[in-house]
Amino acid sequence: MAGHGTSNYQPKNKVVRWVDSRLPIFSLMNEQAIVFPTPKNLNYLWTFGAILSFMLATMMISGIVLAMHYAANTELAFDRVEHIMRDVNFGWLIRYIHAVGASMFFFAVYMHIARGLYYGSYKAPREILWMLGVVILILMMATGFMGYVLPWGQMSFWGATVITNLFSAIPLVGPSIVEWLWGGFAVDNATLNRFFSLHYLLPFVIAGVVVLHIWALHEVGNNNPTGVSVKSSKDTVPFHPYLTMKDFFALVCFMVLYAYFVFYIPNYLGHPDNYIEADPLVTPAHIVPEWYLLPFYAMLRAIPSKLGGVVVMFSSLLILFVVPWLDTSKVRSAKYRPMFKIAFWVFVISCIALGWLGSQPAEGVYVMLARFFTFYYFAFFLILMPLLGIIETPKPVPNSIAESVLARHHGSTATVGSGEGRPDAAPAAPKKD
Amino acid sequence: MPLKSMTAAGLLSRFARLALAGGLAAGLSGAALAAEEGHSLIEKQDWSFGGVFGTYERAQLQRGYKVYREVCSLCHSMDRLAFRNLHQPGGPEFSEEAAKQIASEYQIPDISNETGQPFDRPGTLTDHFPAPFPNKAAAQAANGGAYPPDLSLIAKARAEHRGFPGFIVDAFANYAENGPDYIYALLTHYEDPPAGVEPVPGKHYNPVFLSGDWISMPKPISDGQVEYTDGTSETVEQYSADVSAFLMWAAEPKLEERKEIGFRVMIFLIVFAVLLYLTKRKLWRNVEH
Amino acid sequence: MATTEHTEEHQEPTRRDFLYIATGAVGAVGVAGLAWPFIDQMNPDASAQAMASVEVDVSSMNVGDSITIMWRGKPVFIRRRTDAEVEAAKETPVADLPDPLARNPNIGSDEPATDANRAAVDREPWLVMIGICTHLGCVPLGQQGAFGGWFCPCHGSTYDTAGRIRSGPAPANLDIPPYTFASDTTIVVG
Repeated sequence: MAGHGTSNYQPKNKVVRWVDSRLPIFSLMNEQAIVFPTPKNLNYLWTFGAILSFMLATMMISGIVLAMHYAANTELAFDRVEHIMRDVNFGWLIRYIHAVGASMFFFAVYMHIARGLYYGSYKAPREILWMLGVVILILMMATGFMGYVLPWGQMSFWGATVITNLFSAIPLVGPSIVEWLWGGFAVDNATLNRFFSLHYLLPFVIAGVVVLHIWALHEVGNNNPTGVSVKSSKDTVPFHPYLTMKDFFALVCFMVLYAYFVFYIPNYLGHPDNYIEADPLVTPAHIVPEWYLLPFYAMLRAIPSKLGGVVVMFSSLLILFVVPWLDTSKVRSAKYRPMFKIAFWVFVISCIALGWLGSQPAEGVYVMLARFFTFYYFAFFLILMPLLGIIETPKPVPNSIAESVLARHHGSTATVGSGEGRPDAAPAAPKKD
Repeated sequence: MPLKSMTAAGLLSRFARLALAGGLAAGLSGAALAAEEGHSLIEKQDWSFGGVFGTYERAQLQRGYKVYREVCSLCHSMDRLAFRNLHQPGGPEFSEEAAKQIASEYQIPDISNETGQPFDRPGTLTDHFPAPFPNKAAAQAANGGAYPPDLSLIAKARAEHRGFPGFIVDAFANYAENGPDYIYALLTHYEDPPAGVEPVPGKHYNPVFLSGDWISMPKPISDGQVEYTDGTSETVEQYSADVSAFLMWAAEPKLEERKEIGFRVMIFLIVFAVLLYLTKRKLWRNVEH
Repeated sequence: MATTEHTEEHQEPTRRDFLYIATGAVGAVGVAGLAWPFIDQMNPDASAQAMASVEVDVSSMNVGDSITIMWRGKPVFIRRRTDAEVEAAKETPVADLPDPLARNPNIGSDEPATDANRAAVDREPWLVMIGICTHLGCVPLGQQGAFGGWFCPCHGSTYDTAGRIRSGPAPANLDIPPYTFASDTTIVVG
């Protein structure tokens, strides 16, 4: 990792020193989590990284515990979940932590992604960092979807049926793929069992990609609200205690929200139909996925052709991979990009609107609106991002983080640096000396 | 260049306004749809288990159990409840003796250890509530083809679609009683169909019913049908409230424990957040950021 | 700026450190509180704790018969002993036993392991025991071993005709479950 091995870190404790000279794990921790230079102007939107780490750990621990009491069998699954809710000591708490936690995880990840989009965190040299994030998002969606199937309620069953049927849109091999996914001719025991297995496996894969994500982050350093690269040690503070304490504070605030849902409205984000045991003979009136998948579901239904809808839905995720190359602007942060700023907020509104439309019946005005917002979703990436970089005149960008901080505190305006804020002009990493 | 960018910005902002207006219109039409569906008949009741400090009322749950037992249980099973649950903390809290007595009044099918033949024995605390019908087909045959759903989770498995903006208000208002509100409204809204509406054979008119105005379940209870020994009024409204509360407990038996722990957790987290904020502020005091 | 603040940390604890210590302490309490539900969930759940009692009809058992029933997932031996077995057990002095305690929750915990204290109250031929070797949990075989009682095939513990440990690695007599005779022919275990 960045600067690793060049450290002059000398542990005081003899045992620690002995271990460290053989396995430099303490040096690594010191380098990456203690003295790691972090821009000092990070705002609270940057705390979602720590919050997401916490959520991943929470979901894995509570999930492992739930698996101790659950049985992935169509005859038993629904009963076992109720057994957890009624008889297992604190089972209700752990299940609600897990179920609400999925929503909290997605809320945090969407905030994290929106922050990255707004401040241009995907631009050079952070393309791989961003792409690894997109991989994590897709893995999270797969995990969340399969997890929702496990309680084997009506929404579990029909959600699984609808989503797996998406693959039948693939020409020629579609139906065979769907049967392969099901392990049968309908969603049944084989499907539930493999979903459980994968739902248990994928979080560990996510954890692995998270390690890569953090590795990439520590190679190139944090972006920051100005988008200007770190120039000197004046721009940074050590990660610990400055950022650890700030992250901790934000995390506990986040936990207040989380606890409110867990303890007071635990079923608010769930669907009542999932308290009805799965019945392959009765389809619920409205099948809706969990809220965090609704925007994508809306896009799926906005397109009148089956294959087209599936392609659009998957494209809406895959397009994120090429965002670093779609954006032509030399300036990272939307703070200095008046037009991009507007385009961004309209994009946010579109995503929320698509989320709401995904929960409505796919008919009449809803479909028209969904098409409109789907168009904007793609236009934002494919038209506005390349175009705005060319036609937009950015506002003056400060020369350095320290300068922008001083300007904010003393009311003076930042001077315009001609080449500043351009990713290509910035040093690649905040090298520590 | 500046002129060009201004126009583009102007275009964009107009676009934003359009999008916003579109979203708003959609929201309004959604709300209108929700109102049209006629579920405004479902009124919020003043439940003892609502709110941050909500607890079940023991006497109400005991009365609700009596209504369930004498009326609902003739058709509806309640598989997930065992007689021991009637005695556990946070529920109707019958005494252990009373719960044993209730259990022993039921005959539970079992297999004899000696002969291996099926026989009936009196129920014990660990037995689950016996179902009125041996299987789904038998239940349907006895009820004109309609299957009386299991009631263990019914209070969490039925809810009015709140629509926009109701669902946002609910989150802030800590409203999680839509299940019992629905059950109460359903039980109290059996009425004659409006003039000109053709009756559906084998169905009963109830404007609250979620899947249309016609429900297979006949009006289940009338005034004075269940005898209360504690002087509570024996009206359909009272029966409905009591049985709704009982069904909520059956669906969410750990509600009291949840809210009690939750309050302590919230206080703890808020204190911790304040301490962390002070710590963080102290740390950052000398850093311009 | 940052470096100044950083070096200050290495000073002696002062009044301003109180805030840090308080925050850390509250955090530790929180972690402990959060850990407990995750530990407690592995304890026996409410359905397992709701102890099921088992009724056994013993009307068809003759002298010298044994049956094994299931109670709380464990085997329970019920034996109607022969007079010779009772006599053999009675003749053994309690002082000779590796474990002098009766281990019978139906009479009290510190009673000596006499045959009367091991057997059913007022029904000395009847012996009701949890059929799990007190060594490492195997199920002993009946009417085997040097003392005519039970013999554990796993590690060779030998029990006498009152289920008391006599030789081998097991540390204690076979446990006795709570039980009563509901009638002359019915035993209620649990």
